Amino acid sequence: MTSENLVEIKDLNFSYDKRPILKGINMTMPRGKVITIMGGSGCGKTTLLRLIGGAIKPSSGYVKVGGQIVHELDSDGLYQMRRKMSMLFQFGALFTDLSVFDNVAFQMREHTDLPEPVIRDLVLMKLHAVGLRGAHNLMPSELSGGMARRVALARSIALDPMLIMYDEPFAGLDPISLGVIGNLIRRLTDALGVTSIVVTHDVQESLKIVDYVYFVSEGVIVAHGTPQEMRESDAPFVHQFIHGEEDGPVPFQYPAEAYASDLKLERGLA
Amino acid sequence: MPRRIVTAIRGVGHRAIDGTWRLGYASRFFVLTLLKSATAFRRPHLIIRELYFTGVMSLIIILVSGLFVGMVLGLQGYETLQKYGSEAAVGTLVALSLVRELGPVVAALLFASRAGSAITAEIGLMKATEQLAAMEMMAVDPIARVVAPRFWAGIMSMPLLAAMFSAMGIFGGYLVTVVLIGVDEGSFWSQMQSSVDFQHDIVNGVIKTCVFGVAVTAIALFEGYDAPPTAEGVSGATTRTVVTSSLAILGLDFILTAFMFTGVN
Repeated sequence: MTSENLVEIKDLNFSYDKRPILKGINMTMPRGKVITIMGGSGCGKTTLLRLIGGAIKPSSGYVKVGGQIVHELDSDGLYQMRRKMSMLFQFGALFTDLSVFDNVAFQMREHTDLPEPVIRDLVLMKLHAVGLRGAHNLMPSELSGGMARRVALARSIALDPMLIMYDEPFAGLDPISLGVIGNLIRRLTDALGVTSIVVTHDVQESLKIVDYVYFVSEGVIVAHGTPQEMRESDAPFVHQFIHGEEDGPVPFQYPAEAYASDLKLERGLA
Repeated sequence: MPRRIVTAIRGVGHRAIDGTWRLGYASRFFVLTLLKSATAFRRPHLIIRELYFTGVMSLIIILVSGLFVGMVLGLQGYETLQKYGSEAAVGTLVALSLVRELGPVVAALLFASRAGSAITAEIGLMKATEQLAAMEMMAVDPIARVVAPRFWAGIMSMPLLAAMFSAMGIFGGYLVTVVLIGVDEGSFWSQMQSSVDFQHDIVNGVIKTCVFGVAVTAIALFEGYDAPPTAEGVSGATTRTVVTSSLAILGLDFILTAFMFTGVN
C-alpha cells in the first residue's frame, strides 16, 4: 500500500476467551485525517484501539502503523513506536498526584533531556493550545470533566505524535465542552498534521469534524464512508444509529423466550 | 449426588490451578520489579518521594505505638520480676523483647496496615482510572516508574521504622520503671547493655525487619497492580494486602526466629 496510509488493518480477528470480538476487520487510515470508528457499546471499538496501540495481540491478521506490523515488534520496538503515538483515554487518565503542568511535562521529562526552561515554555504552549495556560498550577482534582479532557489532550500532543487515538472523547461532557473538544480535535489534527482516530458513539458531534467514518457492529464493519455518505445512507444499521431509533437491526429487546410463555399465559391464550 | 462430588472436586482443582497461576504471576512480577529497578536508582528523587509517603508518614503511628508497647512491657515485666527480687533486670527484658521480637513484628504489622494498604489502594486506583494504561501508552513502563521506587522505599523504611519503634519502646519502659516506679537507673541501663548482644540481637532484628519490609511491600504492590479495576476490586485488594502481609510477617517471624535464636541464651 502507499505511504499515504499511516494505519493499515488487514483481516484482523481478535477473540477473548474463545469469544470473537473482532471478525475480519479491514481499514486504512490516511495521514492527516480524522477517522472515526462508531458503534454501540461493547462492539469492539476500544479493543481496536488497544490493538493499534499494541496493548493486545490479534488472533490473526495484522495492524500496521507507519509500515511496521505492531504485534511483531518486541517490547523495545513497541515502546519506540508508542513514542510517536498517543492516546486520550475516556476520562482523561491524568496522573492525580501531579499538577496540570507536571502532567503535560511528564513525557518530555521521561523521554527527552530538554532543560527545564524549555520544558516550561513547551508545556505552556501546549496548554495555551487547549485554552488552559492559566490552569497550569491546578491539580487534576480541581478540574471539571471538560477541563481534564483538555489537559489530557495537551498531554497527548506533548511530543508531537504522528497518531492520536481518542477513546470516547465526548463521553459525559456538557454541550459547550463537547463542542470545544470536537473543534480542538479537528484544529490540532490540521495544525500538527497528525492522524486522529476517534472512537465514539456520539454521532452528531463527530460527524461534524471527521473525514471518514467506519461503523462497527458485533465485530464487523457494517458500513463506511464520508460523513455525508453516512447521513444519506439507507443501510438499516447506519440509519438506526444516526437517527437514534429505538428498534431496528439492533433490537430493543434482549433475546428472550416468547413474552406469553415467560408470563405463563399460554394456557389462558389457548 | 455423583455430579455434586464432581463439581466439588472440580472446584478444588480450579482453586489450586488459580492459586498456582497467581503465585507464578506474583513471582514474575517480583522478578520484573527487581530487573527494572535501575531507573529508580538513576532518579533517586522518585525513591525519596516514596520514602516520605511510606516512611515519614508512618512515623507517628510507629512512635506512639512503640512508646505504649514499651510502657506496658515495663509494667508487666516489673510486676513479675519484683516477685523474684530481680526488678533491675526489667531493662534487659524490655530491650530484648523489643529488639528481637516486638520491634520488628509489631512495626511490620503497623507498616502493613498504614503504608501497605495505602500503596495497594493508590496503585489499584491508578489502574482503575487508566493511569497505568496511559503511562504504558506513553512508552513509560509502570513497573519501572511506579512500582520499583515504592518497592525500594518500602525496604529502606521498614528497618528504620522498626529501629525507631524499639528505641521509643525502650524509652517507654524507662519512663514507667525508672521514672515512675523508681527502679535504679544505673542497673536498668547497665543490665540492658551487658545482655543485649549486637550480633545476635540487633543484627538479627535488623535482618528480620528487612525480610518483613520486602514481604509487605511486595505483597502490597502486587495486590495493587493485580486489583480488578473497580471500587470493589480495589477495596478487596487492600484488605488482602493487610491480611496476607500480617500472616506472612508472623509466619516468616517464626521461621527466622527458629534459625536465628535456637541455642542462644
